[in-house]
Amino acid sequence: MLFQGLVGLSEAMYLWLVAAGLSLIFGVLRVLNFAHGSLYMLGAYFAWVAFRITGSFWAALLIGPLLVAAVGWGMEYGFLRRVYRVEVAFQLLLTFAFVLIFDDLVKLAFGPVYQSPPTPAALSGAVRIGRSILPTYHLFILAVGAAVGLGLWIFLEKTGFGLIIRATAADREMARALGVRSSRLFTWVFVLGAWLAGLGGALSMPVRAISPGMGEFIIIEAFVVVVLGGLGSLRGAFVGALLIGLLHAYGLVFMPVFELALAYIAMAAVLIVRPWGLFGAREA
Amino acid sequence: MKLVASALLTVAVLLVPAVSGPFLQYLVLNMLLLALLALSFNLLFGMTGLLSFGQGAFYAGGAYAAALSLRAGFSLIPSILLGSVFAAALAALIGAFCVRHTRIYFSMLTLAFGMLVYAVVWKWTDVTGGDDGLIGIPRGAFFEKPERYYLLSAVLVLVSIAVLHRLSASPLGLSLRAIRENAERAEFSGVAVRRTIFIAFVTAGFFAGLSGALLAPLEQTISPSAAHWTKSAEPVMATLIGGPFLFAGPLVGAVVYLGLKEIIVRFTEYWLLVFGLVLLGMVLSFRGGLLGAAADLWGRRTRA
Repeated sequence: MLFQGLVGLSEAMYLWLVAAGLSLIFGVLRVLNFAHGSLYMLGAYFAWVAFRITGSFWAALLIGPLLVAAVGWGMEYGFLRRVYRVEVAFQLLLTFAFVLIFDDLVKLAFGPVYQSPPTPAALSGAVRIGRSILPTYHLFILAVGAAVGLGLWIFLEKTGFGLIIRATAADREMARALGVRSSRLFTWVFVLGAWLAGLGGALSMPVRAISPGMGEFIIIEAFVVVVLGGLGSLRGAFVGALLIGLLHAYGLVFMPVFELALAYIAMAAVLIVRPWGLFGAREA
Repeated sequence: MKLVASALLTVAVLLVPAVSGPFLQYLVLNMLLLALLALSFNLLFGMTGLLSFGQGAFYAGGAYAAALSLRAGFSLIPSILLGSVFAAALAALIGAFCVRHTRIYFSMLTLAFGMLVYAVVWKWTDVTGGDDGLIGIPRGAFFEKPERYYLLSAVLVLVSIAVLHRLSASPLGLSLRAIRENAERAEFSGVAVRRTIFIAFVTAGFFAGLSGALLAPLEQTISPSAAHWTKSAEPVMATLIGGPFLFAGPLVGAVVYLGLKEIIVRFTEYWLLVFGLVLLGMVLSFRGGLLGAAADLWGRRTRA
């Protein structure tokens, strides 16, 4: 049972990293990035390539997400900023175009086969806690997820840059009037969000099969998570990811038939009753 | 001009079986079905300003209902009707919740319900066949001949397009446009906003369902991917390519989308990459779509 919980929680961490980036970007840029799942996928592929070249898992973990951040920079700087002033629907469609492009580029470069690199030796063992045996890598993922959460919290609450981000998310016009250079801020927030998704993908590389469709799956899950927690709320994204991760882990055991539907029912229910989510701020 | 164009289109569509083989019939029929799905989607998007990411739910609803009815031994035409009506009922159920929201929340809610339908279809193996879907859907001895099935479907789609066109010029269509421009002002001038959107939602569901109900007997199989969000994205792309702000936009878009796909797949299997790039260009520079760009050009020339 503990094992199921740990698996659920570690799944929740990938989801948290993707959802955190998605939510951060939405909170500040007001753009819902459909391509965020694809950035996650790119993170896994880039890390895999870096692993094959350097032979080091740690180098891969460093390089993969940074490359994704660079891709994110290109997306925002080259394309997204041209559509901030048009209807929301077109912004969604622009990011959707990137889903198609990234998915096919990955197929073109790596083929549609499933890739699965090995777990690093230092993390491939298991830890015995009481009567349960828990895989080390899952514990490692949990630690990374928690560390990123803590880091984001310190960054947003305790630094000047974080303050600017929060101010812009709360009231864009006012922040601009007070001298925030929002176009540069938007770029950096998008880059940070992309890096988070890339980190999630890179971390998932040794335990989940890498495939071109992995982005399409996780983006919907991430949507569920950010809607549950409230669009733009990081705390909400964290709690939402934990809920969905545990729901999948225990749902598969107790009610395999409803497990898939439950997440969507929860998403629809929250949207109907509290569209601003469990932790989000109610829009005026 | 418009009358001539629609008359020509009708004649051309109906003449296809007389002049061509099964391959072109199959392609044209697919174009018609996507056109119907995209036109129904655009009732909400281009006209009302609501981006639905869940039309696949009604498309699949129509397809599965028609397939189950056919497999239960009912004949073709009642089964197709049943599929559309079932999709409309599903749309009424889902729409009752969706019409309470606009913008991004509307899109997210339609996405959630769409994926919920997908999850149900995927898991309810006893009825839907689950992962494998339903195979061997009969369409009766008379319509077994591809030409006959083509003509039946083509007529149904053409009639539906005519109805949708009437609707876009009707008071309902005008109310929808008023809502797109400014929902609050529309409410104050006496438009019952939610009820009007609800009617549009159910109508869109009905025609999306018809499109699906015509697909199932054509393919004679149906699988859960019909309800997946990637399927819901197809009418969105077709509409964007053709142009969301003119009635015929989604129609042109569906023809271009499937036509281009047919050509591109002969050269490369990575046709979605090409479409991604096309979509990117469309969103950045031709938000009015091909038809919008053509109309601009035409307007400039006649004015000059």
